Amino acid sequence: MEPSRDDFVIAIRSAFLKKGTKQRFSLLALLFFSILLIVLSKFNFTAINYLKLGINEVVFRTSFIVSLPEKYISYSFYAIEEHIDLYKDYNLKKEELKKIKSEKYNVNFLEAENKRLKKVLEDISSSSEEIIAKVIIDKQSPFLRSIIINKGSKNEIKKGMAVLSDSYLVGKVIEVNFMTSRVLLLSDLNSKIPVTIEPGGIQSILSGNGVSDGVIQYTKGKMPINGEGVVYTSGTGGLLKSGIPIGKIKHNENKNNVDFFVDFSQLRFVRILSYSEEKN
Amino acid sequence: MSEFQKRNIINNLLRLGPLLILFISVLNEIDLNYIKFFSFNFTFILIFYWSVRRTESLGYGYIFLAGLINDVVTGFPIGISSFNYLLICGFAAYLRTITLSPNLVKDWFFFLFTILVVNSASYSILNIFFSVDLNYYNLFVNIFFTFMFYIIFANLFLMYQRKFFKESND
Repeated sequence: MEPSRDDFVIAIRSAFLKKGTKQRFSLLALLFFSILLIVLSKFNFTAINYLKLGINEVVFRTSFIVSLPEKYISYSFYAIEEHIDLYKDYNLKKEELKKIKSEKYNVNFLEAENKRLKKVLEDISSSSEEIIAKVIIDKQSPFLRSIIINKGSKNEIKKGMAVLSDSYLVGKVIEVNFMTSRVLLLSDLNSKIPVTIEPGGIQSILSGNGVSDGVIQYTKGKMPINGEGVVYTSGTGGLLKSGIPIGKIKHNENKNNVDFFVDFSQLRFVRILSYSEEKN
Repeated sequence: MSEFQKRNIINNLLRLGPLLILFISVLNEIDLNYIKFFSFNFTFILIFYWSVRRTESLGYGYIFLAGLINDVVTGFPIGISSFNYLLICGFAAYLRTITLSPNLVKDWFFFLFTILVVNSASYSILNIFFSVDLNYYNLFVNIFFTFMFYIIFANLFLMYQRKFFKESND
């Protein structure tokens, strides 16, 4: 016998309206409540923001504790991997050190010269205050590449502050709670950072590809990037100072992807910086 | 504590297994949903299976709460995951209502239809209302592997159900 339209309606009504055994809430009521939450969060309703802040504080700490066993396994795995690659790595580092030593004197000279010239030009340079934070959650999703750090408004963290690992940029603060904050990583599709590509001083916007790389966007025509271009912050917009290293250009078929200097899945501690302008 | 009491506590914990796994999977940092090559949504599988086969194991209230926690941990706008999870419960409840003789393979194909609808709804909301950029290749991979892994996890859950709930409606 073919099921009629009435049967379909009865089945839907029974599925959504009838409370099952041991169910305290009706499915339809909860669905409507979820939709209400979505709508209110879309319009940044104050009560929803407070609810989110409250849940954030509890959930981030709980999530950190629940994730401890897996974190331990993951770190052990990387430690073993590092041990295996130790000899190969040692030789590479030795080569690099030799190169860096030879470049160091040149850099010192250029730095001093740069400072002198800035003074002559009465240019504005940036100064910063540094806060060290621990990464407590790095649950990555294809839709949001972000990490949670254990410093919040209590520690004077503000939205838009730059987040660095060593001296490399990894992202910026997008959400601040009382004791925790969320950092949007550069690899996120929604992250847009004004950058300069050297050599050549090409100005562009860096976006994430949602996985682990960055993508150079909005450049006019074909970019004359030769070989290994290095990407730095341009300082446009005033949030970040110019010259923070980000990554290296890696040429793909049609795109210029950026290979970040930092492996975002291995972040444990980060530096949070705010830049303020200072006259020489 | 007597042996009987100990066994009772362990039995109760095992009966709460699906609920505990649900909360661990949303609170956990290492998420099967975001593995590089074969990401799949374990929470969808868990909620669909237990809502079809043993609805009293996961209360709607708890599922709603798990959704809120997932939103906070992954950084989604609040309410999105709860909406997805409850929509899955709705589809599961519909399947339960129209099914006289449960069958894993039929459930499996209905699950594919469910995740297609739920993901479409959720990604439309994210894209249209919250202007979140999406990588459609990742979404496709996620849906495909969630569908493929359903049958494996459904069999594991069925074994669990037989062992600890001493029942099976298959």
